[in-house]
Amino acid sequence: MSMAKSSQAMGYDYPDARGHFGPYGGIFVAETLMGPLKELREAYEVFLKDPDFLAELDIDLQHYVGRPSPLYFAERLTRYYGGAKIYLKREDLNHTGAHKINNTVGQILLAQRLGKRRVIAETGAGQHGVATATVAARMGLDCVIYMGAEDIQRQAINVYRMKLLGAQVVTVESGSQTLKDALNEALRDWVTNVDNTFYIIGTVAGPHPYPALVRDLQAVIGRETREQILTAEQRLPDALVACVGGGSNAMGLFYPFIGDREVAMYGVEAAGDGIDTRHHAASLCAGEVGVLHGQRSYLLADEHGQVIETHSISAGLDYPGVGPEHAWLKDSGRAHYVAVTDAEALEGFYSLTRQEGILPALESSHAIAYAGKLAEKLGPKKIVVINLSGRGDKDVHTLAAREGIEV
Amino acid sequence: MSRLSAMFEGLRSEQRAALISYITAGDPQPAATVELMRLLVEAGADAVELGVPFSDPMADGPVIQRASERALTHGVSIGDVLAMVAEFREQQPDVPVILMGYLNPVEVMGYEKFAKCAADSGVDGVITVDMPPEEAVDLSAALTTRGIDSIYLLAPTTDPGRVHMICEQASGFVYYVSLRGVTGAGHIDIAEVEQHVRDIKTQCNLPVGVGFGIDSSQVAADMARFADAVIVGSAVVRRIEQANGDMEQIRQSLPAFIASLRRAIGKHPQPLAATP
Repeated sequence: MSMAKSSQAMGYDYPDARGHFGPYGGIFVAETLMGPLKELREAYEVFLKDPDFLAELDIDLQHYVGRPSPLYFAERLTRYYGGAKIYLKREDLNHTGAHKINNTVGQILLAQRLGKRRVIAETGAGQHGVATATVAARMGLDCVIYMGAEDIQRQAINVYRMKLLGAQVVTVESGSQTLKDALNEALRDWVTNVDNTFYIIGTVAGPHPYPALVRDLQAVIGRETREQILTAEQRLPDALVACVGGGSNAMGLFYPFIGDREVAMYGVEAAGDGIDTRHHAASLCAGEVGVLHGQRSYLLADEHGQVIETHSISAGLDYPGVGPEHAWLKDSGRAHYVAVTDAEALEGFYSLTRQEGILPALESSHAIAYAGKLAEKLGPKKIVVINLSGRGDKDVHTLAAREGIEV
Repeated sequence: MSRLSAMFEGLRSEQRAALISYITAGDPQPAATVELMRLLVEAGADAVELGVPFSDPMADGPVIQRASERALTHGVSIGDVLAMVAEFREQQPDVPVILMGYLNPVEVMGYEKFAKCAADSGVDGVITVDMPPEEAVDLSAALTTRGIDSIYLLAPTTDPGRVHMICEQASGFVYYVSLRGVTGAGHIDIAEVEQHVRDIKTQCNLPVGVGFGIDSSQVAADMARFADAVIVGSAVVRRIEQANGDMEQIRQSLPAFIASLRRAIGKHPQPLAATP
């Protein structure tokens, strides 16, 4: 299984050698990190084409993560929305409960190959932190997770899970105390400990090669979906729908379909209180081009270029930037980006919970909410695949608090 | 000749390293910045490095992060910073001013507009921390056209091939980051820095400045033995922070610290300029 094969076969060959997706991407970091990024780039180029490495990764994906994840026909949800057939790609059934582990099992193998004894990561909702702490425990590596003080409050269960797994969780109290500040702090750690530390970035963002590396590791989602839908329906779906914060679950689903022009792609951002308020996190729908965290992409910043605080009910989407490949897919028109509000996402959450007995993560609930509208519009002859990127157990406290219930 | 070149040439004949002192523009308040720049110069700084506040200062340690946050509570923009430089320039026609900041405010302003405004204000050099030379071609061209130097960082992790490439693209001077870490970190290995700087000098015709983590006159003196410029940031900003916004206290404490650095690096200490 070659990770890079499908992209070249499609005539879509991004990023370029320096990590650019059109005008986006690139490497925008302090000089100290240029050396370690070169080391990572070389490892990425060698190992993600190396049959032994890929075989080891496949075994881990199968036996440790639990892949392939099912592509489930959501019959009652389909009837409920009254339109296109809705399938769910069940990433919520992976070990640790989200798609994040697909990436961390791959990056920890790279860390091992590079002889690094210590891994660090940033986390927002805590899913990437848990997925990193999990693989670090399995490999016996030291693990430090950076998490904003505000996110630590709203994702207390995941914080405790990370600690159980042996990770040190560092509270980040600078700036807006959320994911972007956790990323800043992780970069500061990396710059200080470059010699022994591997930075496991959790999404398709950051300096090259991270956007390409994380995409290639997450593309297993789209490859499986493609096979599974062909088996189930003998044809490709009409639309793919996935939520977008940094954009890794969406990129993983979209990437193997980029060459299939008949398959529409919808990335769903967090509109928070509404895109016309300042309380949202919809960088592609409402941002401008900017540079943050090592890359050029769409960014939510003020007129002076200061990054602004974002809002979403879901910590995992509460980020002012977005992966550069999404910026490129937006500009080129290959993918569409839309946004749904906190209230709509909650409706999506309750719909799936009651119709199918599946508690989705609040992040994934954004995709469900939009897919419902889309399915209705497309009508019954069409097929929509939703990436159910994570399960909602971690959000139970947030939901209960909104309903005024003490759990 | 640019102000930076003139400064280094003058110091070569004096046989001493330059003292470059950093403050964050707008800290503790916008109205203080031009006066603080003047205080630094009068106490012995040869050039001023002025930080442009940014919401996400990824390469900075806690001291400069907090300075940036204080400045941003006053809404200090890059345009405001350039206006401060212009005001300083009216009083000090010859002292070089270097802007240090992150790319996004420049990106949002636009490279051409930034280069023009910076030149009009009297900026001499620009350090964009998160923009390595590979990505800096357009910005660097815009700055060069206006006679502004593009100053790049070299790090302990920069391999010899990159050192050569960066020195080819840099102008004014190159800035050697003396440790693996953020600004203000406290684990400098002077012998290692000396070895790196001497290696860089075999490949590079530009002056080599050294900064990050220089927090005392003793360390400044050690660096001045082999560096062309000694850059002190967090240690200065910390003294501003400790005054808690009390300008009178800053006027007391800051010049004495700068003067001690200046004495430490100077083979032939100059008498302090008279205060107005």
